[in-house]
Amino acid sequence: MLKYVAKRLLMAVFILWAVATIAFALTFLSGDPATLMIGDHWTSEQIASFREAMGYDRPLLVQYGDFLAGLPQGDFGVSVRQQIPVMDLILQRFPATLELTAAALFLIVFISIPIGVLSAVKRNSLADRVAMSGALFAQSVPTFWLGIMLILVFGVWLRWLPVSGRGTFLHLLLPAITLATFSTARIARLVRSSMLDVLGQDYIRTARAKGLPNWRIYYVHALRNALIPVITLLGLEIGGLLGGALITETVFAWPGIGRLTLQAIQARDLPLVQGVITFGALVFVLVNLVVDLSYSFIDPRIRHE
Amino acid sequence: MLLLALFAPWVSPVDPGAIDIRTRLTPPSWMDGGSSDHVLGTDNVGRDVLSRIIHGARVSLFVGVATVLLGGIFGSVLGLIAGYFRGWVETVIMRLVDIQLAFPSILLAVAIMALVGPSMMNVVIVLSIATWAPFCRVARGQTLQVCNQEYITAAEALGLRDWTIMWRHVVPNIINPLIVVASFALATNIINEASLSFLGVGVPPSTPTWGGMLGEGRNYLRIAWWVSTLPGIALMLSVYSVNMLGDWLRDVYDPRIGD
Repeated sequence: MLKYVAKRLLMAVFILWAVATIAFALTFLSGDPATLMIGDHWTSEQIASFREAMGYDRPLLVQYGDFLAGLPQGDFGVSVRQQIPVMDLILQRFPATLELTAAALFLIVFISIPIGVLSAVKRNSLADRVAMSGALFAQSVPTFWLGIMLILVFGVWLRWLPVSGRGTFLHLLLPAITLATFSTARIARLVRSSMLDVLGQDYIRTARAKGLPNWRIYYVHALRNALIPVITLLGLEIGGLLGGALITETVFAWPGIGRLTLQAIQARDLPLVQGVITFGALVFVLVNLVVDLSYSFIDPRIRHE
Repeated sequence: MLLLALFAPWVSPVDPGAIDIRTRLTPPSWMDGGSSDHVLGTDNVGRDVLSRIIHGARVSLFVGVATVLLGGIFGSVLGLIAGYFRGWVETVIMRLVDIQLAFPSILLAVAIMALVGPSMMNVVIVLSIATWAPFCRVARGQTLQVCNQEYITAAEALGLRDWTIMWRHVVPNIINPLIVVASFALATNIINEASLSFLGVGVPPSTPTWGGMLGEGRNYLRIAWWVSTLPGIALMLSVYSVNMLGDWLRDVYDPRIGD
């Protein structure tokens, strides 16, 4: 078990290194980063002094070494536009994204699992069919369009809810629904198919033979076993939600990491872009590490050699 | 949708780029103030929404199919190689997959697009890069299964070359699950292209795209809901039908390959 944990940790560090390297390489994708960042309105002397100030005139390997050396301390340099350390900016925005992700996750878990279980238990019933075609439909709705439609209906026409910014619980409602919809549909479908697999197993027949009540069979015996693939996907979704709230946050002007990322990209603030990409990957890798390690607690049969 | 996209220049009522400020933000014809010249109304500079939706279908379909072909073939071939040859080749390829999957793909796509500039070609390349990893995973898994079968051992015993075995005996047996992956990847990439264009880093605004129309229409939501709503419906219905196709293919080929 310990060996497995060590191996997974090593793997996580390796992936982070690779992602950071790609983020670093992005800087030089378009040629000269100094010209890219401050544009063509400056004289060549001004660009040259900016290049020197940012350290872009040093050999590439030295810059890369510096960049890697700063990573363990969370040092991504200073934002070019705002003159604030990149990490401070990220940490400033992170709570907002965390709040939005937590709210979305709450919706996902408490909607998708009951629907999935119900669909599996009442297989091929009308409820199952409605739920599953609904889920397929929900999976097909583009996030940004859903956000705009919610704004149109609840903000513009009905005037029930605020449509932008962060603040009260009401502000949270529409962005959380927008962010949660796709994953809810996807997970409900997975819960259903995973439950169907489990319900066909021998131990379920044994439980029935023992005369256990149905709810106990479904929620205690079956669901627990059915949750393993669901938790894997949930881990991937959480990582995706945290990193990919880009669109939802943009549509609702939610002051989180996603919006910061888009602003950084639009302003060509390269240190900030490198920072948010690496940070996003860090969160993703950590979440999935925790998910992988949690298997052995959920299912004692999975003990890694 | 396919027919509409192919025949867009002939079926669309007017030139999708034709600007007419006098008729800007005309509502759809069934509403008060609508005109039969523009069945689905006009946008903020008076361009015909229906024509732009029909032309936008071309972009969505082209980008979707091109990225799935490029990314899908690349990923599948790598997965096939990983599963067939095993050893260090497999380790290297699967680590690459892990790295790719650790990136939120839309984030990477937006970042690269912002640096290389908007163009249709760039969108195709960037989204292909975001597409290959799942194909590689599935292709490798399937290849591993197939290579355990006796007919592969038999083929090896006959002294056939690796490439012949892979092409003749492995590929036909792993292609079905890959087609299922492809159909879901098509749906995802249609949405991703629209997302990029919506954010203003995708296909240049001069070409009508559903995502671009949505992005422009968003600023006029309070006075002209149709500009954003209608391309979104087109987008949603297309993605829904591709997803239905994917579901159906999965049921036909193998009910067990997961989400």
